[in-house]
Amino acid sequence: MRIAVLIKQVPDTWGERKLDLATGRLDRDASDRIIDEIGERALEVALQARDAKTADEVVVVTMGPAPAAEAVKKGLSMGADSGIHISDDALAGSDTWTTAEALAGALREGGFDLVIAGNESTDGRGGVVPAMVAELLGLPLLAELDEVTIGAGEVSGSRGVDDAILTVSAPLPALVSITERTPEPRFPNLRGIMGAKKKPVAGQDSSAVGVEGGAAGPGAHSVVTATAERPPRSAGTIVEDDGTAAAQLAEFLAKNRLI
Amino acid sequence: MTDYRPPIQDIAFTLEHVVGYDRLAELPVFEHADLETTVGILQEAGEFMAKVVAPANRDGDVIGAVRNPDGTVTTPESFREAYAKLLESGFLSVPFPEEFDGGGFPWVVGLAIQELLQTSSLAFALGPLLTHGAIDALLHYGSDEQKKTYLPKMVTGEWMGSMNLTEPQAGTDVGALTTKAVKNDDGTYSITGNKIFITYGEHDFTEQIAHLVLARVPGAPEGTKGISCFIVPKYLLDEDGEPGERNSYQCTGVEHKLGIHGSPTCSMSYEGATGYLIGEENIGMRIMFVMMNSARLSVGMQGLAVAMRGYQQSLEYAKQRVQGQTVTGEASIVGHPDVRRMLMTQKAYTTALRRLLLLNAVNIDLANHHPDEAVRTRASEVVGLLTPISKSWGTDLGVELSSMGLQIHGGMGFIEETGAAQHWRDSRITPIYEGTNGVQAADLVGRKMPVRQGQSFLEFLGEMREVLPELEAAGGDLAAIGGKVAAAIDLLEKVTGWMLRTGASGDVASVLAGSVAYQSQWGETIGGWLMAKSALAASKLDDAAQAEEQLALAKYYATHLLPKTAGLAGQATAGAGDLFALAADRL
Ligand SMILES: Cc1cc2nc3c(=O)[nH]c(=O)nc-3n(C[C@H](O)[C@H](O)[C@H](O)COP(=O)(O)OP(=O)(O)OC[C@H]3O[C@@H](n4cnc5c(N)ncnc54)[C@H](O)[C@@H]3O)c2cc1C
Repeated sequence: MRIAVLIKQVPDTWGERKLDLATGRLDRDASDRIIDEIGERALEVALQARDAKTADEVVVVTMGPAPAAEAVKKGLSMGADSGIHISDDALAGSDTWTTAEALAGALREGGFDLVIAGNESTDGRGGVVPAMVAELLGLPLLAELDEVTIGAGEVSGSRGVDDAILTVSAPLPALVSITERTPEPRFPNLRGIMGAKKKPVAGQDSSAVGVEGGAAGPGAHSVVTATAERPPRSAGTIVEDDGTAAAQLAEFLAKNRLI
Repeated sequence: MTDYRPPIQDIAFTLEHVVGYDRLAELPVFEHADLETTVGILQEAGEFMAKVVAPANRDGDVIGAVRNPDGTVTTPESFREAYAKLLESGFLSVPFPEEFDGGGFPWVVGLAIQELLQTSSLAFALGPLLTHGAIDALLHYGSDEQKKTYLPKMVTGEWMGSMNLTEPQAGTDVGALTTKAVKNDDGTYSITGNKIFITYGEHDFTEQIAHLVLARVPGAPEGTKGISCFIVPKYLLDEDGEPGERNSYQCTGVEHKLGIHGSPTCSMSYEGATGYLIGEENIGMRIMFVMMNSARLSVGMQGLAVAMRGYQQSLEYAKQRVQGQTVTGEASIVGHPDVRRMLMTQKAYTTALRRLLLLNAVNIDLANHHPDEAVRTRASEVVGLLTPISKSWGTDLGVELSSMGLQIHGGMGFIEETGAAQHWRDSRITPIYEGTNGVQAADLVGRKMPVRQGQSFLEFLGEMREVLPELEAAGGDLAAIGGKVAAAIDLLEKVTGWMLRTGASGDVASVLAGSVAYQSQWGETIGGWLMAKSALAASKLDDAAQAEEQLALAKYYATHLLPKTAGLAGQATAGAGDLFALAADRL
């Protein structure tokens, strides 16, 4: 069984995250870059299947500018067998749909039995790419699984909803997206880090994945109409207790629709 | 969650641009250890330590290591879990030979990983630190059989080690130890005696512990010339080399301490325990000297580590704490000049100290691995000079800077809840163990300075001066920094001359009286030199932010910190007369 895992490089949640106000795009230099933890968890699910000998091969797939190669390397250090890195200036600023098209393009010829993704990234938080990729590839989608079981011809799992737990399954090939409830990702160990240097990474550009770049460009699907700096935090309201503090507080809360 | 952010960028910059990592990477033995691979490992190791080890540090302090009535010792659960993961990670094995399942990387990479581990938790990291010492002793003096039996498991961390030197009457004066070793018919020895202050002498990280124990055989010469070194495993090994019967010794107590509560400090009672001689009888001190270079450097690294943790924490606090109008208009206390002074001092000193420690380690690697004998010999002299400075200046700064971190917290620093106090308490042991800083100074002037009648020291001053013409040529701030560094080196040369002359005249007391100040003067001056080198190197890179940062730090160092060297020079050359002006009964 071949499993593909979608991973994404994102700004470190520790650092300050910024938008470039001119383009409306993420300012990637504003903070450290890391592999999104939800992607690491998706990879962990795949690696556990390989540890259990259910899967034979795990491939990490990412789309992102050149530095995203580090995310691929990290995936390989954790234990993935090989990587695919889709990178092309023409794809810079792609929206979720274009991203999904590119990922689907890279996955289509791969002969994967299962694709695993995180439910949503910590930066864009669109949460729609897995569904779009499944749609483009014509695969069944098991979204937002808290727990995943991978079998010979089938993948199943459970998803918590407000007052119930749904148990779902699909025949392979399929696409699964997982939540933060899946097990903690493993750390790369020394052997994995040293071994990663020798593992293959396939670079792909926009034509290789069959996505139109060029003037119309990826931005064509969605248009950023405006961007603005986050307003600075304003000073808090201080209520002086002259005997009517309770009433003042209640009024404040009501005015702001907090009660 | 972790509050530790590993300074990988600065470590990488230091390796590449300040301490000459390329001199190691180009050696055939380190073919696989190119800078990119090394930095990749450091990145992963940093993330691992920050996420796995750093969060356990508080438990170490609050819960501590506890001795149970049956003599076993229980460490905090988070410590044990972190150790199990650390073992699995393979990071402990990085700097050891591949032949014994190590990663085959230079020691400087091992030391950089130690920074990440020690900053995460000093108390936790002490176990691996001492195991490292035991590994070094076995690598150099163990028999093939002993190496094969112990090293692979100790290199990975599956077994830990400990170092048993100290006895109640034998601390600094190791030669006064009385533990006895009597040879048995089968060639093993029976070890009997009491050791105190044995770090990780008993614990629950690993099943097996290989204690290195110093003892005397019957009829051995007095003092350090009559000391032998033995491996005393907690469990004797069965035919398959697996732990079997329990050896005859007990951990009879665990000390109640000012800091590093997570590290068990054990009293050990050896009662005819089976020991295996390392090397020959009566060469125990020679074996100890082998491990001492790396262990002293590692303890210097503890100084940097605890200072870093305190710095990061106090910086976060300072950015949040709002108090009064600041001169810069910044909302928080970072805008007050005195708070800024403390933060800059922490940053500048830790940056300088990291450069010294890594430079020291690079020289250990050159001394061990360079194909050219002249290079090896010189590197080994430089190690001799730098090691006591790394240990003492590093740990003195550790105490000073963690105290500063506490000060930045104001009253909250004194309140245990913030954790700032822990760093300061933890730091306080480091100037004491692994040879007190006073003893380091005695080693510097007594053993290291006389090398080639002082030429080794004077040549090092010459090596420091090599960067000066380029600083001068660069003009502007760099030239101004260069001028201050040049003056500090001149002053150090003068004091070195005084030390050599005073020593030659036979006034040992005056040399020793000034030795601690002289040692600090070395540290402060080397720090200024390395910061100037950093600023120069950064100015040539295509990285404006880095150039600006290194220049600002070097300038701050040269103008605010380097002036201390003048005071130290005065103190170093003041002689011993006034110290003994009052008889002891009038003190
Ligand atoms: C927490 C902790 C952990 C330890 N871990 C270990 C361990 O794992 N293994 C081990 O073997 N030991 C260990 N030690 C022991 C430690 O190395 C000794 O405490 C240290 O060497 C100092 O010896 P001492 O305590 O006897 O002090 P002393 O030797 O009595 O020193 C008292 C003072 O006199 C000064 N002094 C003594 N002799 C000289 C001299 N010749 N010149 C100038 N000044 C001198 C010292 O600098 C010091 O200021 C540990 C100690 C502690 C507290």
